[in-house]
Amino acid sequence: MNDQLDYLASRVTARKMSRREFMGRAAALGISASLASSLFASAARAAGPVKGGTLKMGSVGGESTNSLDPALALSQVSYHVLYAFGEKLVNVAPDGTLEMRVAESVEANDDGSVWTFRIRDGIEFHDGKPLTAEDVMKTMERHSNEESQSGALGIMRGIQSMAVDGKNFVVNLTEPNADLPYLMNDYHLMIQPNGGMDDPATRIGCGPYKVEVDEPGVRHTFSKFENYWDDTRGHADSLEILVLNDATARMAALQSGQVHVVNRVEPKIADLLRRAPNINVYNVGGPGHYVFIMHCDTPPFDNNDLRMALKYAINREEMVDKILRGYGTVGNDMPINAAYPLFDDTIPQRSYDPEKAAEHYKKSGHDGSPIILRTADGAFPGAVDAAALFQQSAQAAGIPLEIKREPNDGYWSEVWNVKPFCASYWGGRPVQDQMYSTAYLSTADWNDTRFKNAEFDALLLQARAELDEPKRKALYSKMGMMVRDEGGLICPMFNDFVEATTSNVQGWEPNPDGDTMAGRWSSKLWLE
Amino acid sequence: MHPVLKLIAQRLALSVLLLLAASVLIFAGTMILPGDVAQSILGQSATPEALANLRAELGLNDPPVARYFAWLGGALHGDLGTALTNGRDIAESLGVRLKNTLFLAFWAALISVPLAILLGLIAVRYEGRWPDKAISGVTLASISIPEFLIGYLLMYFVAVKLGWFSSVAMINDSMTLGQKLNAIALPVMVLTLVVLAHMMRMTRAAILNVMQSAYIETAELKGLSGFDVIRKHAFPNAISPIVNVVMLNLAYLVVGVVVIEVVFVYPGMGQYLVDHVSKRDVPVVQACGLIFAAVYIGLNMIADIVSILANPRLRHPK
Repeated sequence: MNDQLDYLASRVTARKMSRREFMGRAAALGISASLASSLFASAARAAGPVKGGTLKMGSVGGESTNSLDPALALSQVSYHVLYAFGEKLVNVAPDGTLEMRVAESVEANDDGSVWTFRIRDGIEFHDGKPLTAEDVMKTMERHSNEESQSGALGIMRGIQSMAVDGKNFVVNLTEPNADLPYLMNDYHLMIQPNGGMDDPATRIGCGPYKVEVDEPGVRHTFSKFENYWDDTRGHADSLEILVLNDATARMAALQSGQVHVVNRVEPKIADLLRRAPNINVYNVGGPGHYVFIMHCDTPPFDNNDLRMALKYAINREEMVDKILRGYGTVGNDMPINAAYPLFDDTIPQRSYDPEKAAEHYKKSGHDGSPIILRTADGAFPGAVDAAALFQQSAQAAGIPLEIKREPNDGYWSEVWNVKPFCASYWGGRPVQDQMYSTAYLSTADWNDTRFKNAEFDALLLQARAELDEPKRKALYSKMGMMVRDEGGLICPMFNDFVEATTSNVQGWEPNPDGDTMAGRWSSKLWLE
Repeated sequence: MHPVLKLIAQRLALSVLLLLAASVLIFAGTMILPGDVAQSILGQSATPEALANLRAELGLNDPPVARYFAWLGGALHGDLGTALTNGRDIAESLGVRLKNTLFLAFWAALISVPLAILLGLIAVRYEGRWPDKAISGVTLASISIPEFLIGYLLMYFVAVKLGWFSSVAMINDSMTLGQKLNAIALPVMVLTLVVLAHMMRMTRAAILNVMQSAYIETAELKGLSGFDVIRKHAFPNAISPIVNVVMLNLAYLVVGVVVIEVVFVYPGMGQYLVDHVSKRDVPVVQACGLIFAAVYIGLNMIADIVSILANPRLRHPK
């Protein structure tokens, strides 16, 4: 039987047999459908990518207000559009290492304060002009100058000056940073002609696909850019991204074959979808986390015993089970998990302990008045239910929580980072330094827990300049413990990215760096 | 001046006045939304510098009254400004969406209005008997189910299971009329089911009301058949309330279908408006509000004028 299977697989690899035929013959040999399906996938992968066809995605998170300007991109559709027609200096590969794209190589000086990116030869923009180091510098300038509205502005802060040296783009930092190349992975930093200074929302990019139709909030279509420098990427002739914000509409479009790929499969239907014919469901743990945040400088949360009481009063396993339906992992009151490089997995896991919670609560001397927790559906999917679960588990420890439901509208301007205790989420960052400097450094704009600790700040700077990895790992471990035991973050869970494709799509490669293969579905998937 | 002309002129003037009042309300309403545009555009990841830069650029620091008159002046010239969020010309992007909305509303109305009136007439003809009860039962059931649920049910059975029509009603200019009609088949079905009951019940009630009159009895006595009595004597006298409810439903088809648009991913004005409200893109919200108000006022004005014209006492004054 094995010989016959090998024969069938070789026919697939030689592209002489379709999936349907393979499945039928495998069934005749008594192979179960799921095994046959995975055998087929590996045989098809061995055959290498098939070129051609129109690859269609249905994506959540698109609005008619979207622009092609990379600086203003915020939601998923913009993210995928940028990855289709744009390209950055570097990408983060599925294994967390750096993958060189527009930059061919990157080097640091001895202390990591000057970084030199060598720009790859032979890259063209869609209008036929060659991409130069000058374009790269202008792009970085646009995201970091005073008028910038870029979502990447925060991470560009440590840059003192930039320069072009022939084919090199040189970055001088105010202080050493071992992670600088990772910062260049930010999806806003797509290289544009003259940095987008002439037209920020230009259709001209340097990615594998050219923009054809741009109807924000409805659909975006692309055609293959013939002169793209990397032949191993961009298999389909054309792409379509349909904005399907409604979850049911998205799943119906996938099931009826109108799209090949969908993102944001809701955990509660993921298992049902798995059972549907001709659909593959994928999930990968990422750095994104759902949180409850307390302001460490506002009463009653300025008391560490009260913060500890609340941290012990949340049932993390229950949250992962009921809110994420198992599509996620428990958090440990720090923003870092195994998805990050240099993560210390020996840090003990905090778990639900009503007795300890009651003990800390008593020690805090809180007057017993209900503690107000603000939440909204838009804080994260299931935030209202999660708050209710938190209320119940806290009740068991004798801590009264009062849930105040806020409208989704204006949640990020009126509640988050304003009110002292609320539900929120973080998408995560590729490296620990970036996560901590974005939200836990005393001076960070988005320090949404008002965690101000001079020792922590010093450690962060020390770790940033530390080029020796074991030492750096130890520093990060210490910092993680500080946030875990003193910070204002209650992190019950890290959510998985859950996505699905029709079974005629090949080349899936889970990448914890972002939604749907970190945006690289468009250049790496193919239709058989 | 002929009294009918005078009445119509009055209606027109009143409508314009009403539209102006609506424009003030829309403008004031958008001012009191919580949050501000800059924060909404940049979202959770906004830094204070980026916010301040964007606020200054958008002119959010000017006084509201000056902004109202500047806006109204522009709107009267057909210049609705540019969207704050993506810098596109509003009149242009809105034009496409409005065309789509009217396209969907037109086909839904073309099917639902004649169907509703016909069903109403049949219900009157067989009043109290099984056809009447069946028509009332079915239409009332369909109006009582939330429209998104009807949408999901049709999507599941007709699009996913049977594969007859597309579950994504996305239309664009490169499609032929046939393709477009195929794409909007499901939303048209849902909308028809949603608006049918209201118009059908009103037609039935209005005609039944007239059927009590003495002249109907006379018509029956002179030997006219059931349908002829309704067609020639009852319906013309019941036209005013029927036109009113038809116009109300037409207005709903234009301004109230955002749920259907979301469910079927139809690129109409509802979704466009909602997106811009949540981003506090005030110029777009105002433009949409103005158009919706104009549609509502316009259709109601037509209903009024038809009622006036349908009333012989006003048509032939002594």
